[in-house]
Amino acid sequence: MPLTTTPNLARPDEFYQALIEVHAGLDRAQSEALNARLVLLLANHVGDAEVLVQALQAARSSFDSGSET
Amino acid sequence: MHASYQPPSFEGYVPSSDSAATPALVVIVGAGPVGLCCAIDLALHGVQAIVIDDNNTVSAGSRAICYAKRTLEILDRLGCGDAVVDRGVGWRVGKVFVGDRLAYQFDLLPEDGHRRPAFVNLQQYHLEEALLARLSALGGEVRWKNRCAGVMQDDDGVTLEVESPGGTYRLRADRVIAADGARSTVREAMGLAFPGQVFNDRFLIADVRMTGDFPTERWFWFDPPFHRHQSVLLHRQADDVWRIDFQLGPDANAEDERRPERVLPRLRAMLGSERPFTLEWVSVYTFQCRRLERFVHERVIFAGDAAHQVSPFGARGCNGGIQDADNLCWKLARVIKAESPVSLLASYDHERGQAADENILESTRSTDFITPKSDMSRVFRDSVLALAAQHEFARRLVNSGRLSLPARYRGSALDTQDRDAWDSPLTPGTPLLDAPVTIGGAARWLSAEVGHGFDLLVFGDRIDMLAYRAINGLRCVRVIEPGAVGDGAEGERVIVDTHGLLVRRYGAEPGSAYLIRPDQHVAARWKRGTPADVAVALARACGASSENSIAADHHAQSRAA
Ligand SMILES: Cc1cc2nc3c(=O)[nH]c(=O)nc-3n(C[C@H](O)[C@H](O)[C@H](O)COP(=O)(O)OP(=O)(O)OC[C@H]3O[C@@H](n4cnc5c(N)ncnc54)[C@H](O)[C@@H]3O)c2cc1C
Repeated sequence: MPLTTTPNLARPDEFYQALIEVHAGLDRAQSEALNARLVLLLANHVGDAEVLVQALQAARSSFDSGSET
Repeated sequence: MHASYQPPSFEGYVPSSDSAATPALVVIVGAGPVGLCCAIDLALHGVQAIVIDDNNTVSAGSRAICYAKRTLEILDRLGCGDAVVDRGVGWRVGKVFVGDRLAYQFDLLPEDGHRRPAFVNLQQYHLEEALLARLSALGGEVRWKNRCAGVMQDDDGVTLEVESPGGTYRLRADRVIAADGARSTVREAMGLAFPGQVFNDRFLIADVRMTGDFPTERWFWFDPPFHRHQSVLLHRQADDVWRIDFQLGPDANAEDERRPERVLPRLRAMLGSERPFTLEWVSVYTFQCRRLERFVHERVIFAGDAAHQVSPFGARGCNGGIQDADNLCWKLARVIKAESPVSLLASYDHERGQAADENILESTRSTDFITPKSDMSRVFRDSVLALAAQHEFARRLVNSGRLSLPARYRGSALDTQDRDAWDSPLTPGTPLLDAPVTIGGAARWLSAEVGHGFDLLVFGDRIDMLAYRAINGLRCVRVIEPGAVGDGAEGERVIVDTHGLLVRRYGAEPGSAYLIRPDQHVAARWKRGTPADVAVALARACGASSENSIAADHHAQSRAA
């Protein structure tokens, strides 16, 4: 199963807002910890090893495209 | 040194002009657990080796304590399993605490019907004393205070320069097993690189003697209240000695940390001020994971820590080394007796190299989890621990050491790949699964009945065994259900599958056959075997080139006909 990168979120704007809001009131270190927990929870939900590797690669390669340093 | 254990002190060996001049078949450098297992195994195969060791006693200090079931089965085959198991403490449950809460628990052997428990804990010096007793019962001995200082190899053999209490002498050998530990002189003398990874974190090992009411389980804490931000491991050993392992971090000063003024408060914080205990041993360690690229260098063969080193999380060092000995010695004995080509030894390199990679991978992962190397690695580690309190999935990610499991050799040239579909995990390359059986009316264990030579297990009471029994170099064993009768042929070995566990664990049907190597690993299996199949697989497992095995094939077919 390939990683889904076409639009798949049911309510994208709502999700994005919730993602920002869940960090409210946390300091940088706490936010990092929250993000890590989120990654772990979602990774377990996905389960599929190939999809997870593709997601890791997609996240990492977004640094190589020149838009970010 | 030790507060209460008195290590033996052996007489140094002074060479006579004879002992220097007589060439040996095999010299084993190092009388640690691995060298001693090699000496015993070779002796059982009829090859007397000379063992030299630079020290005059067993392993000082606190080192290996946990021996895995597979190791115990090997020790059984070598004839000293009982000595180790009776003296040690068996366990199978591990608990992992985060803070003061139990986060995760594992059971390493959740089923009955095995002779040996998942693990037995015993101080390494007790293991070595048991091995020495066994070696001397077999007529072997160790040349104590004989240090290998140089190695020269030519086409016909190896010359070792040996420093002894009687001066330096030269010892000539057909083959050398270098079992001289992590700081191997042989490796160094041959200029071989030992690449790998060094971990910076220091660990304090405190062995204490107490009559504790802790259960006989492995307990591991992340961030406990008595040792904040670090990990602690508690293990029970023999003689009421407990191993307590405190992570100290990379900046700890080893000298300071060893002092009782530093150690005792740590222990009291953990054990409570009420509980009486005495300090048996204290040391500070760092860990590394390394391996030689090749274990076989012509006539010099590396085994144990000399060949590969792992961090202790998972108890893979000594266990892995003893499996090296188990894998190597039958092959070496066959090569020495010209029963197999020298190329058989390449399979040692391949199979045990694979096992070393697996041990290094597992213990590196554990070490990275216990001692995160980067800020983000720590963030993820702490997140796993935090989630583990509520979520089962995260408990599976908590890695306090994945304990030594027997290696499965994948894609070995010696093994014959499955042709049939099986409902049993015993793929070729896997060590056998034990089961209780009955032989001649007496209760026995399968693990004690096969191995050392090649064995063929044939399931079913109506199978004609004659053609199998005609194959050279093979012991045939018929496995039958309770109540069934073998065909009663003269001298036939019959095992009764008393509880039906053999049929179940081996996924066998009438006519199924398992070919078991001398190291008790499955070499081949067939749902319905034929003598021709078996002969080809046996020749392959003995290291015959493909031409030879075709010859063996014809041979078997003509005889089976
Ligand atoms: C803290 C700690 C905990 C551990 N816990 C476990 C555990 O629970 N389970 C486990 O499986 N493993 C464990 N290990 C690892 C285990 O101790 C080693 O893997 C094991 O001792 C290796 O055995 P060996 O025979 O290869 O080498 P060693 O035990 O190191 O023996 C080598 C021998 O060679 C001799 N020698 C060295 N140089 C020469 C020379 N030049 N000439 C002659 N002789 C020489 C030495 O005197 C020594 O007797 C632990 C290790 C440590 C440090």
